[in-house]
Amino acid sequence: MPEPSTANLLSVRNLKIEATSYPPGEPPKTVTLVEGVNFDVQKGKVLGLIGESGAGKSTIGLTALAYGRGGVRITGGEVLLDGQDLLKLDHAGIRKVRGARVCYVAQSAAAAFNPAHRLGEQVIEASLRHGIMSRAEAEKRALHLFNVLGLPNPETFGQRYPHQVSGGQLQRAMTAMALCPNPDLIVFDEPTTALDVTTQIDVLAAIKHAIEETHTAAIYITHDLAVVAQITDDILVLRHGKMVEYGTVKQIIEAPTQDYTKALVNVRGTGREEAKDQSDTLLKVDNVTAGYSNGFKVLRDVSLHLPKGQTLAVVGESGSGKSTLARVITGLLPPQEGAVTFDGKPLPPALKGRKNEELRRIQMIYQMADTAMNPRQTVRNIVGRPLTFYYGLHGKQKTERVRELLDQIEMGDRFLDRYPAELSGGQKQRVAIARALAARPDLILCDEPTSALDPLVAEGILKLLLKLQEETQVSYMFITHDIATVRAIADSVAVMHRGRLVRFGPKSKVLSPPFDDYTDLLLKSVPEMEIGWLEKVLKTRRMESAGN
Amino acid sequence: MTEAAGGNPQLSGLAGSGPTTQSPPAASPNDQGSFSPWGGFSRRSPLAALILQRLALSVALLFAVSLMIFGGVEALPGDFATTYLGQSATPQAVENIRKDLGLDQPATTRYFQWLGGALQGDFGTSWASRNSVSEQIGKRLGNSLFLAFFAALISIPLAIGLGMLAVQFRDRLADKVINVFSLAAISLPEFFVGYLLILFFAVQMGIATFPATVYDGMGFTQRLSAIALPTATLVLVVLAHMMRMTRAAILNVMSSAYVETAELKGLSGLRIIARHAAPNAVAPVINVIALNLAYLVVGVVVVEVVFVYPGMGQYMVDAVTVRDMPVVQACGLIFAAFYIFLNMTADILAIIANPRLRHPR
Repeated sequence: MPEPSTANLLSVRNLKIEATSYPPGEPPKTVTLVEGVNFDVQKGKVLGLIGESGAGKSTIGLTALAYGRGGVRITGGEVLLDGQDLLKLDHAGIRKVRGARVCYVAQSAAAAFNPAHRLGEQVIEASLRHGIMSRAEAEKRALHLFNVLGLPNPETFGQRYPHQVSGGQLQRAMTAMALCPNPDLIVFDEPTTALDVTTQIDVLAAIKHAIEETHTAAIYITHDLAVVAQITDDILVLRHGKMVEYGTVKQIIEAPTQDYTKALVNVRGTGREEAKDQSDTLLKVDNVTAGYSNGFKVLRDVSLHLPKGQTLAVVGESGSGKSTLARVITGLLPPQEGAVTFDGKPLPPALKGRKNEELRRIQMIYQMADTAMNPRQTVRNIVGRPLTFYYGLHGKQKTERVRELLDQIEMGDRFLDRYPAELSGGQKQRVAIARALAARPDLILCDEPTSALDPLVAEGILKLLLKLQEETQVSYMFITHDIATVRAIADSVAVMHRGRLVRFGPKSKVLSPPFDDYTDLLLKSVPEMEIGWLEKVLKTRRMESAGN
Repeated sequence: MTEAAGGNPQLSGLAGSGPTTQSPPAASPNDQGSFSPWGGFSRRSPLAALILQRLALSVALLFAVSLMIFGGVEALPGDFATTYLGQSATPQAVENIRKDLGLDQPATTRYFQWLGGALQGDFGTSWASRNSVSEQIGKRLGNSLFLAFFAALISIPLAIGLGMLAVQFRDRLADKVINVFSLAAISLPEFFVGYLLILFFAVQMGIATFPATVYDGMGFTQRLSAIALPTATLVLVVLAHMMRMTRAAILNVMSSAYVETAELKGLSGLRIIARHAAPNAVAPVINVIALNLAYLVVGVVVVEVVFVYPGMGQYMVDAVTVRDMPVVQACGLIFAAFYIFLNMTADILAIIANPRLRHPR
């Protein structure tokens, strides 16, 4: 436990949060989301709240503003801000705290900014409405903050509308909005999770710089321990709404005491040797250029290949053309130039021109398993459909094979008649894998299958994919933006940037120097589980740019 | 095996990008693909392009409607001559009247004659009264618009205000009262509402004028007092629809993340609704207002008949009973024009209300 201090800005004592759930066909019942949570935030310090989805991180973070999202109720405990219990304030009293003494930065700034108003107006609104400063003072402060946060053209940035700036800039603008009224405390709710790694590092650095410069205390919520290690003083690890471990950042990262924390710290440890022989080509993409009918080319002149029974990781930021490449290979988007060869034979460019057998051999797994499955079909039907379609299986034979597949994905018979809504995120993704496997494909295109999952669940999925590859000799084209995933599963790697292939080859060569500029930037942007990593990277960057 | 080494010359300089050089991608989609003058224009000012598109569409639609009206009237069974002459009509007399009215000419010729006239504001001569249709309609339309204007003037602000109020007191007494009241108003047929109002205000209390007949040379205040009851009826009928739509549209926006942001800024309930929710609920509300305005002009037939108000609706009903085709066609076309115009205006306003189109990247 961190040293108890007299200068506690925020003290949360014995917090209890409940909600009412309405299960279909049953009377409503009260669910306890958070119980027995205690923590302190000192003036000018940063506390990290960490845990997987459902751990109650955001719910706890929002109690600092005495806010319950979507019918959530704070039913017990104390939330003391400078000794004043926020839970005892009336509505008008709480309003005086929100946006003045405690501010909030949401995960998706793109959704959190009002599309109808200019950014500048929104940034200074709280300061004006609470009477903290005059319009001129607020505008001056906003300009200062835009500068501190490294926004382009700070003088005119406030004139813009939210849709006119990038996601990374919006996230920084949201930080400026939170800092503007000079609050005592800011709650950051996964502010960089939705960003690309190369953008994340900039935003992270900007946030860190800004809160240091203004001596603002903060609660930083994230599921990524490596990120939280860069920015916080203390860490509180949460699971299922309860405290797992609470300590200084050094103690949690370097000497965790609880098993769950240890697992979180070591989650990026997996990795595997690449296959030596990469000559037996299954899929070959030759000089593919593809795009949309308005003339915008998403892919330009991409060539790569994938050996049988191996994994090719395609890595890049959003907009780099990774998913479009998968769409070209499946035939959903016929290429404008170039060709795709599969097992020695050219594939017809469009889906319509392909035979059932060609379709069967290439299957796909998507990022969002729940949107890729019909919510009104049971697992039996979802997995059984390709069995009927490709193999004409019915009745007992089909059930037998579905059982076999459920066994392969380490889920039992009891899931046969469940609906997708009755499965967890990880289980849904496993069912999606079983559906792909049902066709006995030679190649599975995996489009970010783990990026919507919590780290430990994602690790389980990766292990499953590797096991299945050993058993069935299936090849994977694995699309991801996460370098750690690449290290864990790939034999060969393709790095994409703005529709072009920047680098391609065996993993050992692609991920070791000499690097091209983009791969270098990408690799250096991935947060490492090491205190002080951020400063180190920023320092090297400054030195490099000074040297240029 | 492809060699992994080697950089891309295009990417140099990226490594040094600190927080200050983050900028949107320089590559523009515009430098590729087919280039047409229209394509270029629609990229430079998407707003103007969309509005022009809507205008063109509306004109095309109006022409299509004119064809349908003419075709529909043409396809009606029976004709004016036989109705006019009654049972005892000799074939010769019928023939004479047909020739007199120009019905012996082919339909296409008559269509273009009619359309040509209509474009210049001349809708021909009424078969029944032998008067100019345009003149007759001019007066009647003026009366209808007068009634619609005052109904709109009262109902629109009232509907939006009540909608916002219902959101502010969501699921509380005020919201429920507004809801029940508006449901009752929308559920009762307008002629029933009309008769109820007549019963209470004209017959029992004697404070309102009935019938609502207006005539030339009537003073403005006299006119106002004459249309009080029909206006009230119309307001009651259209209010609920607009009010409920406003409430639904704002509630929909109220669950968005930016309203949560506003709430976490500690803003007051009314400011959140008026400044953060309302501007984003404008598009659906404008649409429902346009629909109701169109109803006020076009759909008031029953109300006009109940209150004996000399508007367009009554005129059209009379014309249909005697198969006075030029009048029916003219009324149909004018109604259609109003409908299309109001919906187009709603579309254009919704386009203008969208900040993404107003301020392109």
